[in-house]
Amino acid sequence: MSIRRKDTLVFEKPPVIAAWAAVGGKREGEGPLASGFDLLVEDSAFRAENCPGWENAETLLQTKCAGLCLRKAGISADQVTLAFAGDLQAQCTASAYAMRGLGIPFAGLYGACSTMAEGLCLGAAFAGAGYSERTLVMTSSHFCAAERQFRTPLVYGGKRTPTAQWTATAAGACLLRPAGAAGVPVLSVTFGRVQDYGIRDINNMGAAMMPAAASTLLAYFHTFDAVPGDFDAVITGDLGVVGSELLRAQMAREGYDLFNHLDCGCLLYDRNRQDVQAGGSGPGCSASVLCSWILPQLRRGEWKRVLFLATGALMSQTTFLQGESIPGIAHAVELGTPKGEKNG
Amino acid sequence: MKLDPKSYAKMVRRASPPSPVGKDCLWAFFVGGGICLAGEVLRQTYLTWYDAEMAGTLTSITLIFASAVATLLGWYQKLAAHAGAGTLVPITGFANSVVSPAIEFKTEGWVTGVGAHIFGIAGPVIAYGTLASWVWGALYWAMSKGG
Repeated sequence: MSIRRKDTLVFEKPPVIAAWAAVGGKREGEGPLASGFDLLVEDSAFRAENCPGWENAETLLQTKCAGLCLRKAGISADQVTLAFAGDLQAQCTASAYAMRGLGIPFAGLYGACSTMAEGLCLGAAFAGAGYSERTLVMTSSHFCAAERQFRTPLVYGGKRTPTAQWTATAAGACLLRPAGAAGVPVLSVTFGRVQDYGIRDINNMGAAMMPAAASTLLAYFHTFDAVPGDFDAVITGDLGVVGSELLRAQMAREGYDLFNHLDCGCLLYDRNRQDVQAGGSGPGCSASVLCSWILPQLRRGEWKRVLFLATGALMSQTTFLQGESIPGIAHAVELGTPKGEKNG
Repeated sequence: MKLDPKSYAKMVRRASPPSPVGKDCLWAFFVGGGICLAGEVLRQTYLTWYDAEMAGTLTSITLIFASAVATLLGWYQKLAAHAGAGTLVPITGFANSVVSPAIEFKTEGWVTGVGAHIFGIAGPVIAYGTLASWVWGALYWAMSKGG
């Protein structure tokens, strides 16, 4: 069972992430985390598979990611009892079409770039409560599908601002199981509250999402009287360089030295070599960094305790054009190292 | 949280790197100027065979065609990522803004995709360009009456 402490669910018997997989595109394959990916696709349009469009390409990313995750777990799709999945497309179609092929009981999620953490929070709660024996949590984003939906056509000649972020072409999938199974334990989950500090610049999502990250982090620290040093790393979703700098400044104001802070948006690409402006973004960004880099380190026991805090910007094209500011959200997932392994 | 929207706006301004204006301007100047120079070279070449009006029309057609081909091959976007206004302002930029949605939305069909989206970016230019021509036309008419 779990204990509710303010906005956090603490698991007395932590459910575990038993298996995971990450799939990325070409640019992700040229980034520093390439070796951790289970599959890197050279052609993210999947022309060899007669893929009709970018939306369908994102569905294929999810389908392949789910397949790899289930293969690593040694189970088939019909043994999965529930799937929480989401993406960046309108009406979450990448996930819905992936689930059409997989035939798993499915609940679609939308939390923008925070969706992986949102899914893990729900998946862990379901696993912890005994509602679902094998829960698949999966998210994705595709640069080309996102560009044509939110910005301009791909071959339109536009210039990006230095604060803009690059939507990752990637997917990540985790299989959650109740306590007792082998895997990386989910120690607690914290559901975030929507924060809006009046940022209207759609090309500065890091700044729009930072207050949400700070709010969830402070909620956790205050509830448990914790400090950043209690963790090997505090890893935000995709604040990018601008949002990360703002988060460290805000936390310093609040009296916390966030010396061990990392950001998935800054980890996925090498900004010196790759033209991604302020860093990566998209639900696939934090999901693929989690599954290619964070979870393997926890399994190996190199890290013992990590706070994974994916952030999302919750505006739409319509609200943006109508002059509304951009609300943000951040959910936190506290991850441990498997018991009985080295340092564990 | 020790934060209010006003002080946060200041924090964000400080933390956000500005666009490299000097570098951007140089890119825009030389690429935009280069496109115009290419236009002039074309015009002078056409003038050897045609009169000034026809040479001008053929120059526009050639530049639009070249921009459409460059857009189709993905080159125009790569240049524009550096050149900014240098590729946006000339007639080639207008061609790119029409061709790019035509390519992008063909997956949604010829009518509801290409037809509905082809002027998605260029539409405001056409709408307000037409409005400006009305305003100028009225002024021109009033001035000619007065004169």
